[in-house]
Amino acid sequence: MGVLLAGCGSNSASSSKKSSSSSNVKITAVGSTALQPLVEQAASDYQKDNSKVNISVQGGGSGTGLSQVQEGAVTIGNSDIFAEQQSGIKANKLVDHKVAVVGMTPVVNKGVGVKNLTMAQLKGIFTGKYKNWKQVGGKDLKINVVNRVSGSGTRATFEGAVLEGAKAIKTQEQDSNGTVQKIVSTTPGTISYLAFSYVNSKIEAPSVNNVKPTDQNVENNKWKIWSYEHMYTKGQPNAATKKFLNYMNSSKVQDSLVQKLGYISIHDMKVQKNASGAVTTK
Amino acid sequence: MEGIKSETEDKLKMDGIKKELRNPSKATHQDYFGKAISYICITLVGCLVLSILYFITTRGVATFTENHVNLWAFLSGTNWNPGMLDSHGQPEVGALPMIVTSFCVTVLAALVATPFALGVALFMTEISPQKGTRFLQPVIELLVGIPSVVYGFIGLSVIVPLIRHAFGGTGFGILAGTIVLFVMVLPTITSLSIDSIRSVPMYYRSASLALGATRWQTIHKVVLRAATPGILTAIIFGMARAFGEALAVQMVIGNATLMPHGLLTPSSTLTSQLTTGIGNTTMGTLPNNALWSLALILLLMSLVFNVLVRFIGKRGSMKNEFKSCK
Repeated sequence: MGVLLAGCGSNSASSSKKSSSSSNVKITAVGSTALQPLVEQAASDYQKDNSKVNISVQGGGSGTGLSQVQEGAVTIGNSDIFAEQQSGIKANKLVDHKVAVVGMTPVVNKGVGVKNLTMAQLKGIFTGKYKNWKQVGGKDLKINVVNRVSGSGTRATFEGAVLEGAKAIKTQEQDSNGTVQKIVSTTPGTISYLAFSYVNSKIEAPSVNNVKPTDQNVENNKWKIWSYEHMYTKGQPNAATKKFLNYMNSSKVQDSLVQKLGYISIHDMKVQKNASGAVTTK
Repeated sequence: MEGIKSETEDKLKMDGIKKELRNPSKATHQDYFGKAISYICITLVGCLVLSILYFITTRGVATFTENHVNLWAFLSGTNWNPGMLDSHGQPEVGALPMIVTSFCVTVLAALVATPFALGVALFMTEISPQKGTRFLQPVIELLVGIPSVVYGFIGLSVIVPLIRHAFGGTGFGILAGTIVLFVMVLPTITSLSIDSIRSVPMYYRSASLALGATRWQTIHKVVLRAATPGILTAIIFGMARAFGEALAVQMVIGNATLMPHGLLTPSSTLTSQLTTGIGNTTMGTLPNNALWSLALILLLMSLVFNVLVRFIGKRGSMKNEFKSCK
């Protein structure tokens, strides 16, 4: 709860303009590749108006982001998952700043003949209970599961929402959205999961429990598979970093850039989720 | 007075020469300077190698000392899931599937590439040196210059679908990895084989031809025999390259930490596990340490490859001496 409060606190914090204008300030944000495009774009826009601030954004993965920010090696650690969910991270030392929401959806190769899956069927597929699409109402075709790399934010989110603690079957693992998209679109019988922004016309995103994967359904939590994009700082951020984080949360970023890049604005969410996955209305 | 003056002048002159002779000249200083630079470079490189070795070893060993994983369980276990505990409460860190897959793709790629590499090498040295050097040399150099991510991408977009259409399944697996690595190690094996064949003395060939042997007989019985140590070194260098290649293999192997049951099922190599996993783990935790242990295995293996190359080089040179003595 403390983390949540701190995260909300940074929204209302007054914009501090004093120290950042005096000398060059360097901010490094490292971590999640899912969040990287948004932060990169926002940082370059931000630097146009604040030439004294130098923001460098790097990928490396959520795990890297969290461990680097914990060590104090970087200013901001970008992560797809709550710090509490990552082993080896002392979450109480970090302050959470939620900057966007990402919806994720199972995606299947066109031609498996399935338009809707129940949550139980989805779980069955990813735990290896169902081996053929006809067992879940599709064609007589072998199911080929493509999972994400264990420890990745996307997988943690998906497994948290779908598997409920059950163990996923051992199968192919891919570590980038682009590769998954390519594999699902070309390999018959394949199922995997992707962030909403990577779903295109070459693959199919079935509805789950008859709920369609749309931004509106995420905002009211009818669609269960979603996660926050976090920007963690070690302790409270300094003035310049705080200013940038406020900018990330401003309507300028949230209402245009966030939506343009396929994320869901944090302002539009009607519910909130905590680190253990409990959802409450805002 | 005159004499004394000239004497002192002479003495001064002598002193000057003495000084010049006794004190280091400009060239000597340059020499010192050059030496100092090379010693500094050597020390730096030495420190670098030592610190890399130290770093990987301490990190890699931590799995066994800090997390108390049984070494044998690590090398022979087949379940890889470092974040999870098995039914006995032990972390699932069985690296055998990755070790086996790494060896499979390496050996297969070398096996497939060697005949092609030898053919090209013989063409460029024995059969048509002029044309060979003019046309094939740039081609081979080009193959070296293509970044591995491009090979991986071609593998993913062309090889994997081809295998899927030809044999069924998903197309990902050892076969796809072998084909991609085959192209990547081809230039290494070819250019080293060329060097080795070129270094076979001309009089071997002349003698063989003078005895009435055909060109094929000369190549087969004399040139290739004499160049064997060099060719074996070339193959091992190729294998070392294949063993350490990460990105291209990762894109086509499928990355399933399963024991490979054939050439067509997805599996995972040591390197592909490292590249996919390292960004998602935290320094100092077991999943991270386990990855460092995989890196340690890779390091030890490249050491083995190096030792093999040295060994073959030594034996080869002894053989040559023996031959020339005869």
